[in-house]
Amino acid sequence: MTEAGFFGPQISRRCWTVWRRNWEVFFKTYTVNFLPPVLEPVLYLLAIGYGLGSFVGEIDGIPYVEYIAPALLSISMMNSAFFECTYSSYVRMYYMKTFDAMIATPLSIDDVIAGELLWGATRSFIYTSVMLVVLIAFGVVDLPASLLVLPFSFFAGLLFACIAMCFTAITPSIDALNYPSFLFITPMFLFSGTFFPLTVLPELVQLLAVVLLPLTQLVQVTRSLTLTTLSPLFFYSLAWIAVATVFFFLLSTWLMRRRLIV
Amino acid sequence: MEPIIEARGLTKRYGALTAVDNISFAVQPGEVFGFLGPNGAGKTTTMKMIQCVSPKTGGSLTVFGKDVDSNPREIKDLLGVLPQEANLDPEFTCIENLTTFARYFGIPPAEALSRAEELLTFVQLDEKRDVKIEKLSGGMKRRLLLARALINNPRLLVMDEPTIGLDPQGRHLIWEKLKSLQAAGNTIVLTTHYLEEAERLCNRLVIMDSGRILVEGSPEALVAEHVSNDIVETDHTPDVVSCLDRLGATYEVFGDMVQVYTDKPREVARQLFEECNPGKVFARRGSLEDVFLKLTGRKLRD
Repeated sequence: MTEAGFFGPQISRRCWTVWRRNWEVFFKTYTVNFLPPVLEPVLYLLAIGYGLGSFVGEIDGIPYVEYIAPALLSISMMNSAFFECTYSSYVRMYYMKTFDAMIATPLSIDDVIAGELLWGATRSFIYTSVMLVVLIAFGVVDLPASLLVLPFSFFAGLLFACIAMCFTAITPSIDALNYPSFLFITPMFLFSGTFFPLTVLPELVQLLAVVLLPLTQLVQVTRSLTLTTLSPLFFYSLAWIAVATVFFFLLSTWLMRRRLIV
Repeated sequence: MEPIIEARGLTKRYGALTAVDNISFAVQPGEVFGFLGPNGAGKTTTMKMIQCVSPKTGGSLTVFGKDVDSNPREIKDLLGVLPQEANLDPEFTCIENLTTFARYFGIPPAEALSRAEELLTFVQLDEKRDVKIEKLSGGMKRRLLLARALINNPRLLVMDEPTIGLDPQGRHLIWEKLKSLQAAGNTIVLTTHYLEEAERLCNRLVIMDSGRILVEGSPEALVAEHVSNDIVETDHTPDVVSCLDRLGATYEVFGDMVQVYTDKPREVARQLFEECNPGKVFARRGSLEDVFLKLTGRKLRD
């Protein structure tokens, strides 16, 4: 087999069989898997949206609970895809040797990684769907514009799946995955215009958040949809996500080839 | 006939380490071909190159007449792989492991299911059909791996240590299955540490050490050529050694034991008793193990 360069992942339609494997495992344990997306928004809405919100009142004329609803969706897209393609993918790759078994079939390693990434995106879609139902029930998101969050959640999830897979490809151990979780995911969770507007931050920090942080883009797009108000950064964020997804997709498959094809 | 696998000057380097060093061999259709050698000899690396999962560094390697570099998917489609490490999917039951694997080959679901059922019967795991992998014994896992390797009706089976860690019953069952697969026209390539296994199963084999092929041939021919059909073992004492020298015998010393290579074991034993004052004398057939130890030495490898 020849080693493909950065731009040459060898992907076939068979990558969906990898996706399908993860899909079937997910639904074997669906009771556990569906608990977080149902419970999480309820807890956050009650404690932060209504509890803390009663002190905050409104942000830019929007009730606080409606302000954070899209943030909860965005965080869920990020977390579900990121943790699937870091810890879970690493367990499949390193402990269960699932990837080794798969590449003994006509699947290429690129097919395997693509299948994992598509699954990470799907998981984001599933979690977001469940969570959106809860948010609609609470009446804190607009209809029908909020329904566009569903297709968006797949692509947003794909971005975070690709970023996650880069870390998985270079991590020396499963414990070392704690670094990106605490140093990358947790700060983003707080400083991406999630629970307070970026405008309260120093200008330089605002700029960095808008230019560098992927979660900022998710929040911009999702908030525009759940509030049915086009944010000035809506199209910028969509383009940012598209470009970054392509880049991190190529990077993650390339890094994985370097790790696994020896 | 065109060989199923043909390697010429095949080489694999990992940085400064040369794991496989310029080896050439050809595996013919329908034969069981063995790779023997101590740990680190390059057997597994060779298997991985044949399976198209590890790119070669140099030389040429074709499987089914196709180049491994340019046709990995086509080759892997016709290949059954039994890995050294049990990499069954722990999330699934036995039957699900087989049907999921069939899907990776693009086998339609109905066909996959009927083939999976057949294979479970073939490896005598019918009763474990809906049992999760963690509940299986080592021997059962190995048999399920064999069934999984056969899911795509492969024309070539590549097996890395097919009976590693099995009890004698489990080992004999696998041997029986491999023989029936060969009888059905399959070509099998295997690595093994068990010399008895190689002797029983292989039509031809190579012994490797430090990435090179030392010898190639049928087990019988290798025994006849490198040791002898019979071996007489006796205690290593100065008397015995000087006596054997006087008799002009071919022998080797291993620790506290002397092995005499001969085609006339009775005569040698009698001579030893009459002229050399040995302690114990023991005559047996020469084996592949003798060839292996003679060629690769007795030093421990890791």
